[in-house]
Amino acid sequence: MSNVAAEQSLAGDVVILGGGLVGMTLAIGLAKQGLSSLVVDSSDPAAQTAEGFDGRASAISTASWNLYTNLGMAEALAPKGCPIDAIAVTDSLKPGRIDFRPGAEDGSLGRMYANRDLRMAMYDVAARESLITFLPNAQVATRERGEHGVAVTLADGRVLKGSLLVAAEGRRSPTRDEAGFTPARWDYGHRAIIAGLTHERSHENTAWEIFYPAGPFALLPLLDEADGTHRSALVWTVAEKDAAGVLALGETAFLAEVEKRMGGVFGKIALNGPRSSYPLNFHHTAKVVDHRLALVGDAAHGMHPIAGQGLNVGLRDVAALVEVLAEGARLGLEPGDAQLLARYERWRAADTFMVAAATDVLTRLFGLRGRLPSMVRRFGMAGVQRLPTLKRWFMDEARGMSGKLPELLKA
Amino acid sequence: MSNATTLSAQTIRPEEAAHFGKLAADWWDPKGQSAMLHKLNPVRLGFIRAAIDTHFAADPRGLRPLAGKRALDVGCGAGLLAEPLHRMGAAVTAVDAAAENIAAARAHAEGAGLTIDYRHGELAELGLAGFDLVTSMEVIEHVADKPAFVAALAQTLGQGGLMVLSTPNRTPASRVLMVEAAERLGMVPRGTHHWDDFITPIELHDLLEAAGLKMGNPQGIAWGPAKGLHLSDDLALNYIVTVTRA
Repeated sequence: MSNVAAEQSLAGDVVILGGGLVGMTLAIGLAKQGLSSLVVDSSDPAAQTAEGFDGRASAISTASWNLYTNLGMAEALAPKGCPIDAIAVTDSLKPGRIDFRPGAEDGSLGRMYANRDLRMAMYDVAARESLITFLPNAQVATRERGEHGVAVTLADGRVLKGSLLVAAEGRRSPTRDEAGFTPARWDYGHRAIIAGLTHERSHENTAWEIFYPAGPFALLPLLDEADGTHRSALVWTVAEKDAAGVLALGETAFLAEVEKRMGGVFGKIALNGPRSSYPLNFHHTAKVVDHRLALVGDAAHGMHPIAGQGLNVGLRDVAALVEVLAEGARLGLEPGDAQLLARYERWRAADTFMVAAATDVLTRLFGLRGRLPSMVRRFGMAGVQRLPTLKRWFMDEARGMSGKLPELLKA
Repeated sequence: MSNATTLSAQTIRPEEAAHFGKLAADWWDPKGQSAMLHKLNPVRLGFIRAAIDTHFAADPRGLRPLAGKRALDVGCGAGLLAEPLHRMGAAVTAVDAAAENIAAARAHAEGAGLTIDYRHGELAELGLAGFDLVTSMEVIEHVADKPAFVAALAQTLGQGGLMVLSTPNRTPASRVLMVEAAERLGMVPRGTHHWDDFITPIELHDLLEAAGLKMGNPQGIAWGPAKGLHLSDDLALNYIVTVTRA
């Protein structure tokens, strides 16, 4: 059957399970430092980058942009991002809206990207790195973490060997669960419905956050298409019990529901690709390493998408892990060295917990009904607006813990 | 050499060799009895790497600064330092007085697929010479005849070679923290250190000078609650130095 394949054995410094926006970016960062990786992904990259694959979009913070610049992805990405010039906030479309527009000294609110564009730029850079071996469409059969190294056996019999195993499979990471990590987790009882929208009027680089008691309804600005069509990404939070109903709506009925909630701010709208949804939950592990294993991205910390911090936090994991492993390699320490992994864990622990906890508090605040909570929410939005400041404070905290910000996050 | 056996009896204390032999199996467990050594390893490797880059004008970003060079680690234990030196590109020879340590070191290197020339025995008897890099970490404080040991180290260093030594300082602080507290709290195994055997940087300087060697500026290895073990200007506990031919 697969006897030939069964004899195949591949070796690299690091075996990364999950070749998404966090896992593959890690491989690129390691390659730039002279470390090789084998990247395993269960999906097909061609399907992941196909037009209209999904409506997912990410806010890219200044630090994440620095990382992309340092890894050689910025040139391809620069023309594709939509700068967020302002955040417009309304409470269930009650009269009045609050605009947050940062001053010059506040720093950028970030840039919005379709995840598809991030993926394409990432795969292009990865394809040029000889130290990256990408194994897409691959199913993991077994994982072993031994005294001298790790071995991953794929369903087709191929064996991948390395010094360190990295779990970058996202929030449902089977590697994390198999290793017996016990994340603190709770469910919000809500589901985020994600879709790409095209619309009649320009969004004017404004992100809309419209707060309903069921949760935030967000419209994140994307760059216009080549023909001038205006685009935004929709993140609509609904109660879990209502989700099936919303997903089952026909396209016309779905758009009618969306339009009702948007209050016509963008004029006529249309769907730009299929709808998808995922349950919102919070999980966090204080422990992000084990014997020859490191967790990165959502495998370590799944957070609410309300503040758009998920990918940014994952890329901070990448920057810290690349620096720790590269510094170790300079000293002759292998990637699976327990001291290096302990350093990565110390470096990341404070940052991930603060961001996850802050977004959790916001989410709970927005879930309350009534006039007072509504006022508190408006007040709380000032906090959201100040998130870059809070973020800076978190980072300063992390800096105090670690001595410095990862090099890859610096301009 | 007629004096070799005498030297052997002088520099290896049988009770110390037996003590480390018991630790051999546990050496490579980062949470085991040698946990403190594992934590110390990246710190002293940081010093060694900087010294290599300076001495050999190596690219600080390179991953194999010792490629084409021969390195010797004296008092290698189970290979905690020898393996990183090998990964940095050196052809490594490593020596230890305890046969159990060498057995543990060989087993570990074989498992990791690393080729390291491990030798059990007395340094002066092994006829080793001409090394580009010689390291001896936390060893001299365990040696009875320190001038003989330093002379034997000097024999191994090639022309233009670099030596790196580290050892605890003999200060009130090291007596309280490294011997009394660290051993009582189980941070290092009991019987690891005898404070009276510790040497100060000035004493080490004089020992090296007598053997025709020149000591560089010592750097301290200190401990703090936030930073853990780190390189520091504070020499009170432990220090690490570069050494070259005078």
